Amino acid sequence: MTSESSAEKPNVPLSTLMGVFFRVGMASFGGSTAAFLYREVVQVRRWMSEEEFLAALTLSQVMPGANPVNMSLYVGAQLRGGIGAFAAALGLVGPPFVVILILGGLYARYGGVAAVQAALAGVVAVGVAMVLQLGTQLARGIRRLVPALIAMAIFVAVGVLKWPMIPVVLVLAPLSIGFELWMDAKARHG
Amino acid sequence: MDSRLLGLILVFAPLSLFSFGGGQAIMADMKVQVVDVQGWMTAQQFADVFALSRAAPGPSTLIAALIGWQVAGFFGALVGTLAIYVPSSIVMYAAVRWWHAQADSPWRAVLQRGLAPVAMGLVFAGALSVLEAAQVSALQLVTTFAALGFLLFTKVGPYPLMIVAALASISLLYV
Repeated sequence: MTSESSAEKPNVPLSTLMGVFFRVGMASFGGSTAAFLYREVVQVRRWMSEEEFLAALTLSQVMPGANPVNMSLYVGAQLRGGIGAFAAALGLVGPPFVVILILGGLYARYGGVAAVQAALAGVVAVGVAMVLQLGTQLARGIRRLVPALIAMAIFVAVGVLKWPMIPVVLVLAPLSIGFELWMDAKARHG
Repeated sequence: MDSRLLGLILVFAPLSLFSFGGGQAIMADMKVQVVDVQGWMTAQQFADVFALSRAAPGPSTLIAALIGWQVAGFFGALVGTLAIYVPSSIVMYAAVRWWHAQADSPWRAVLQRGLAPVAMGLVFAGALSVLEAAQVSALQLVTTFAALGFLLFTKVGPYPLMIVAALASISLLYV
């Protein structure tokens, strides 16, 4: 048992925290926030383990609120408490808030600005690549059959069949946790 | 308080609290409220700001800023944005504090291991829905897989790739 969780937090300056979320917020086109966050928080800065990141991601998806904002609250609170959560969320939402108002103004005045639309199409494509990269990275981490089946079932139910996410998670998450409990008990009692 | 600002709060704050699963979960209700009930926008205007919020950086719930702007200018944008994020953030923050308080309990580690495959499945589902949404062009698909190749097999980071992809798609306009 290592003490990697909140017992020992790296003392991250608020400006660093805000800067990371500023970059992530401005870079995350096409629903790729989780992928950019994974890169910054797990791979580059090692603020949390992969497992903890994934648990935070599930919590962020299930709770009400935009997933990227919820992730910023999680990471910010873990590193610097309440003020950290605030700084991270502000860093994430503030700059895109300004950008979207500028884009809205341009759009209202000129209609579809061809160059802007083309540029956005390009960066969205890279955003999707980031998500796929996160997916392959995570898939490499699965070494047991049952978790792999659960991940696949979630993908098929939510992604392919378009079933509503909350009920699917409410059924499969307890199954997955039950499996881990069982494994845990087995490891303990031999 | 300006009744338009109050109107924005009354529409967005409840949506915020019910956005289980993220922004997509409330988009249909938001459209009904904004277009049919309040009459703040036409259906076409809503479709336009929806497309804009998906294409722009940041969470797509920033559509609230564009709707707020339409209703009451800059302060409308600010109030709309706060109303969509603050209520859910308070709930999430409480949940996070509780979760962090359990850091040393053994069952949290089990819970964490159990939640990991769930998140993984949702990441793949999200990637699929982005690929399906908003008419991804053949050019975009090529860009996506070229970028994926660079990300997986080289040390090139995403930021240079985004700049190159943006410049390349702009220059294609003038070919």
